[in-house]
Amino acid sequence: MITGTVDMTHGGGGRATADLIRDVFQRHLTNPILDRGDDAGLVSVPGQRLVMSTDGHVISPLFFPGGDIGALSVHGTINDLAMMGARPLYLTAGFILEEGFPLDDLDRIVGSMAGAANAAGVQVISGDTKVVERGKGDGVFITTTGLGVVPDGLDLSARHVRAGQAVLVSGTMGDHGVAVLSKRENLEFETEILSDSAALHGLVADMVAAVPRIVMLRDPTRGGLAATLNEIATTAGVGMILDEAQIPVAPDVAAACELLGLDPLNTANEGKLIAICPAGDAEALLATMRAHPLGRDASIIGEVTEDLAHLVQMRTAFGGTRIVDWLAGEQLPRIC
Amino acid sequence: MRYISEFRDRALAEKLAKGIAQEADAARDYHFMEFCGGHTHAIFRYGVQDLMPENVHFVHGPGCPVCVLPVRRLDDAVELAEAHGVILCTYGDMMRVPGTGRRSLIRAKADGADIRMVYSTLDALKVARDNPDRQVVFFAIGFETTTPPTAVAIKMAKAEGLTNFTVFCNHVLTPAAIGHILDSPDFAPGGPARIDGFLGPSHVSAVIGSRPYEAAAQKYRKPVVIAGFEPLDVMQSVLMLIRQVNEGRAEVENEYTRVVTRNGNQKAQGLVAEVLELRDSFEWRGLGAVPDSALRIREAYAEFDAEKRFAVSDKQSREVKSCECPAVLRGVKKPTDCKLFGTVCTPDNPMGACMVSSEGACAAYWSYGRQRQPETAA
Repeated sequence: MITGTVDMTHGGGGRATADLIRDVFQRHLTNPILDRGDDAGLVSVPGQRLVMSTDGHVISPLFFPGGDIGALSVHGTINDLAMMGARPLYLTAGFILEEGFPLDDLDRIVGSMAGAANAAGVQVISGDTKVVERGKGDGVFITTTGLGVVPDGLDLSARHVRAGQAVLVSGTMGDHGVAVLSKRENLEFETEILSDSAALHGLVADMVAAVPRIVMLRDPTRGGLAATLNEIATTAGVGMILDEAQIPVAPDVAAACELLGLDPLNTANEGKLIAICPAGDAEALLATMRAHPLGRDASIIGEVTEDLAHLVQMRTAFGGTRIVDWLAGEQLPRIC
Repeated sequence: MRYISEFRDRALAEKLAKGIAQEADAARDYHFMEFCGGHTHAIFRYGVQDLMPENVHFVHGPGCPVCVLPVRRLDDAVELAEAHGVILCTYGDMMRVPGTGRRSLIRAKADGADIRMVYSTLDALKVARDNPDRQVVFFAIGFETTTPPTAVAIKMAKAEGLTNFTVFCNHVLTPAAIGHILDSPDFAPGGPARIDGFLGPSHVSAVIGSRPYEAAAQKYRKPVVIAGFEPLDVMQSVLMLIRQVNEGRAEVENEYTRVVTRNGNQKAQGLVAEVLELRDSFEWRGLGAVPDSALRIREAYAEFDAEKRFAVSDKQSREVKSCECPAVLRGVKKPTDCKLFGTVCTPDNPMGACMVSSEGACAAYWSYGRQRQPETAA
């Protein structure tokens, strides 16, 4: 049973979010597809296998360096499909608008959605709009649902993760989170950092073609690399050991995080993926990723281990070891 | 100079580790208290303990601002926001600390209180300017590092004639706490715990300088090395402490010379002295009442003192039963000595402040170091 009221930790992407999903949404909506716990629901229909996924977008500010809520709502859902190895086909979109929201801003946002969808080769085939009273929304919320096709034989899932497999990332960690923070009210700072918001299905198609034995993909959005790896470790019942020196972080992002007391490994990404593959395929997969514009800075960052406690550990660049934990609630700037 | 990577250089760390292993006397143990939570976290985040010989031990000190704030003061802040209807501005670290009945600011906010997270005192002033019809209280906590910005905010509020801005002042002082710890029976000869020297505060010392620790070093015959927050700073400072101990010296040395001077930032000290004054005594979680260890707002600025503007009620404030935060803050227990650690108390479900704060010892153990205690790992 769940009691009490919703507070900010429930939306932080950490364990409280996972608990809420399990205790409320999954408890009521349970079905074999949802319960797999993957980034998208895998369904079989005669002849073709389809995936569907849905994602709500409530970002503040609505416009940020390198993107906006419109493009993000397209990329976010496409990426959830792509993490299943799918080619995205169609999207639907639901808008919740706040009374008084400027129409030209809405025009910009929907235009940006169309641009992102066209670039990705998907169509938005259905939509819905609701308006709430002033003060009961935050400008605009967008929920998108996507449908895609999975190539035959491909079954990417955390359930297939085993000790000894290699862990890769497609590029620098934390760009999106820092770009958005840099424009938050009360925290504005001068930076050239852009959000990495991008659709990853093209990169995924190359990866899957080059290394069909790839085990799983996941995009490290809210909660960053740390939360996503912990999710995988818990689902798969394994541990991981990472090598900090191999985790790419852009110098500007490292500096901003240092200043604010944040950790790039806990900071959100919107155009990066984590890949797990058999150790023997890691170099081939890395070469394929680096050959794609969205995987230029890809890196092998660690390996899957046997660990009954399901801990994600890291050899620090300094020469020690530590745990890489998921966060309790939101990441907060330090005060001292 | 690249200020991030150079102070985390692996080759230098290995060289220092070798030096420490060579100079540490294998026939004895070394117990060094790092006063600041910032040091505790650097030690765990970079795995510094892995580079230390087995006879060098870190004793975690009380230098975590939200941890040492007694429950009563937190309960008062919740009351200000709920019963007095003010806009309460607070640093983010304070939001999740459980008060009496595990009521925190984040719970009060969820229930409708107007509590806003700010990143600086200037943000709190802006909230006051933007809400002229509301009373705005800044929940001021922290050591000497966060004190000057509080003093500046009060001076600015006075200069602007802001009538709806007050400060709930809870600023505390480091040197008084060090003396208090060394006076306690815990660290007396034959007591349950031992301290052979101190890693002195980094940012605090940037403000107050290294001079204020000299009296304690001399009186208690304990070496103090002011240490930066980077992992190489910590290792270099440990080496300096080992040398002092081996040579029988008890001096204040400064490893953090790129920031700290003997006299500190005198402009900041002047601002603080103009607006704030010593309290006779202040309650610390873990340490109890510590004389001359905290600041309050001077009479000349009384109109900006939330304690004078609002009458908070008497209340029975209570810590969570069997939470060992107080003993952890005194350095006499490790987080893993607490029955609640990792069982009912985790960062997601904190029973005490030390598990909440990004500077708390329990949070450091849990988030970075629980692989070292396999019996308590989840």
